[in-house]
Amino acid sequence: MKMDTTKRLERLVERYGNGGLERRTFLGLIAAAGASAGIMTRWSGTALAAVSEVRFDGWGGIVSEALRKHAFDPYEAKTGRTVVEGTFGDEIDVLTKVKASEPGALHVIHSSGIEWYKRYADLGFTSVINEANVPNLKYVMTALIEPFRKVTPEGLSAAPYDYGTTGIAYNTKYISKEEAEELGANLLIKPELKGKIGALDQMSTRVWYGALQTGQDPNNIEDIDAVWAKAREQRELVKKYWGSGAELMDLLSREEIVVTDGWSGRIAHLQQEGFPIGYLDPPNSMAWMEDMLILKGAPMAECEELVNFMLEPDVAIAVAEGQNYPPALDPTKVTLTEKIKNLPAFDPTGTMKNLTFADPNYWAAHFDEWEKQWNRIAKGA
Amino acid sequence: MRVTRALNEKSLPIIRYQQLNCIADRFAARIANNASPKNIKNIMSDALTVAERRRPWLLLAPTLITLAVLMVIPMIIMFTYSFHVYLGNGRDQPDFYLGNWAEFFTDGYYHYGIWQTARIAAITTVMCALMGYPAAYCIAMSRFRRKWMLLLLLILPFWISFIIRTLSWIHILGEQGAINATLRWLGLISEPIPMLYNEGSVIMGMIHFLLPYMILNVYVSLEGIDRNLVSAARTLGCTAWQAFREVTLPLSLPGLAAGCLLCFVLAAGSYVTPLILGGPSNFLFGNLVFDAVMAELNWPMGATLSMVLLILLGAIAAIYSRYMGLSRIYKGLSR
Repeated sequence: MKMDTTKRLERLVERYGNGGLERRTFLGLIAAAGASAGIMTRWSGTALAAVSEVRFDGWGGIVSEALRKHAFDPYEAKTGRTVVEGTFGDEIDVLTKVKASEPGALHVIHSSGIEWYKRYADLGFTSVINEANVPNLKYVMTALIEPFRKVTPEGLSAAPYDYGTTGIAYNTKYISKEEAEELGANLLIKPELKGKIGALDQMSTRVWYGALQTGQDPNNIEDIDAVWAKAREQRELVKKYWGSGAELMDLLSREEIVVTDGWSGRIAHLQQEGFPIGYLDPPNSMAWMEDMLILKGAPMAECEELVNFMLEPDVAIAVAEGQNYPPALDPTKVTLTEKIKNLPAFDPTGTMKNLTFADPNYWAAHFDEWEKQWNRIAKGA
Repeated sequence: MRVTRALNEKSLPIIRYQQLNCIADRFAARIANNASPKNIKNIMSDALTVAERRRPWLLLAPTLITLAVLMVIPMIIMFTYSFHVYLGNGRDQPDFYLGNWAEFFTDGYYHYGIWQTARIAAITTVMCALMGYPAAYCIAMSRFRRKWMLLLLLILPFWISFIIRTLSWIHILGEQGAINATLRWLGLISEPIPMLYNEGSVIMGMIHFLLPYMILNVYVSLEGIDRNLVSAARTLGCTAWQAFREVTLPLSLPGLAAGCLLCFVLAAGSYVTPLILGGPSNFLFGNLVFDAVMAELNWPMGATLSMVLLILLGAIAAIYSRYMGLSRIYKGLSR
């Protein structure tokens, strides 16, 4: 049974009062308690303070709205604990925050999947989840969990939560479905669309699509110069490199751009709102999974409880329908709704064999070099 | 000898006046005994009691400590960080490594960033001066009884978040924005004019942000000009334009220069405006710092670039101070 400090000290006094404890032993224990309180570090203070609240950092917009409504509000009602939310546009922002802050400042992150998981692990920011406290992990697809286990064999630090693709979104008023399917990834570098093209300002997406446009395997690029040449070619046509889901939706809905690579869930949301937006996953489209990552220094029991709650099939399905990304739940073990089955990128087999994910080791090995080069190309180099 | 003789006795409270006279008497006695001119400064200092000498430092202590903790120490840390070695994947280690500085000095990409920043900041500054001077002149010369209201209107935009003010331009300059929509409604255009996500929109956003700084500085300068000088010029036969050109403009130049310095330094240090309103190639040096720190996780290089920006902008402020005096800005802020 868990006992708080006050209760423990009260029982100590009671034992002393009843004669069950020598005066010297009693004073020694009091001194030890005082010393331990005196040498408490600010990190342990943060960790203790955090027990009444769990910090969650996510993508904002419709994704955070879905999580708040279907997961955090019920969790708060059930446990009495508060979920304090932060948002980010690009996960690099949150990784920088983690790097700059003390362990325990951030707790749970809606992270971008396996290659990011490896980055956190390499920097020593991961924790070890006690899987006995997250029994709902049994509903998660094995194909999604196994890559995480390979990165941190000592134990999971994250639970896969949803997945999606970065495909091509186009305005059907200006581009037909047939044309989009015919051109595929090359639709993003069609010269006639100059000034009406958008693109995600992220190295991995730019390199991935550059690889597709040059006919290369994104997980084994043999001619990176050809990829950069495509990136430069596209730069001359691009109106805006967008940096967040909200900006993507804003640009498309206001017709500032008529074609861009985009996140499947955000595009599905625009379609549901009635905007004339088509979505295409070209062959080898960029698939990714997202996970709930518990960071080192976070209050583990509380974070595990939150993640387990979020993986409850009813909760995960409601969140998935809200954010328009299929859940990580195994469709062979959990009955999913028709809406989820119709979402882009949904894999009914639960094996993920139809989707192409980034190889974390391959991408991690090239990250520094490519990130630097991409930042320069984006600015005209 | 009474050092305070020049002071108007009636203008000071009696106790304060007596204190000054007491200090002055002590100076006089010391100087009379040791009249060497080079010792006078030391004598004046010695004549103050220890408590009197400490008092300014005690009063300044909170500010100095705050500046040291929040500015000087972080800058020192930043400077030392610029010598760290970047190991890759967001990791670095302390060292005395000159590679980051060597990369800055030898890589034309960064030099182009400086040139682009200087160019955009200069254009913004000139535009602010051209637009801000007439506005400041109108406010200063206005006979409107509630002039404070005009100044209040000037600083009203500061009550709204800078980010929101910047984002608002998207709905003004965008293809579906207010300008294009109006022009299309009037039938003046059939296709929207591309006004957003280019250098023009970046400069527009920065002018929006910086114009009040320019107007306030010029206004303070114009307010300080003795109106009788303009009247005298007119009496001596100057036209209104000549009086402005020969009297008002030269006397208001320090305020204009102070406004230019503020606008240039703030524009050159900006990175949010190009991020929101700029296209792919519209960036400032601050965006390169952002990339190094936030995108590449290369903090040593980010620290190096930050120091470069700090040194360059500091040098500009120092040159200004040498020829114009930074006191003009302080004066502007204190009025």
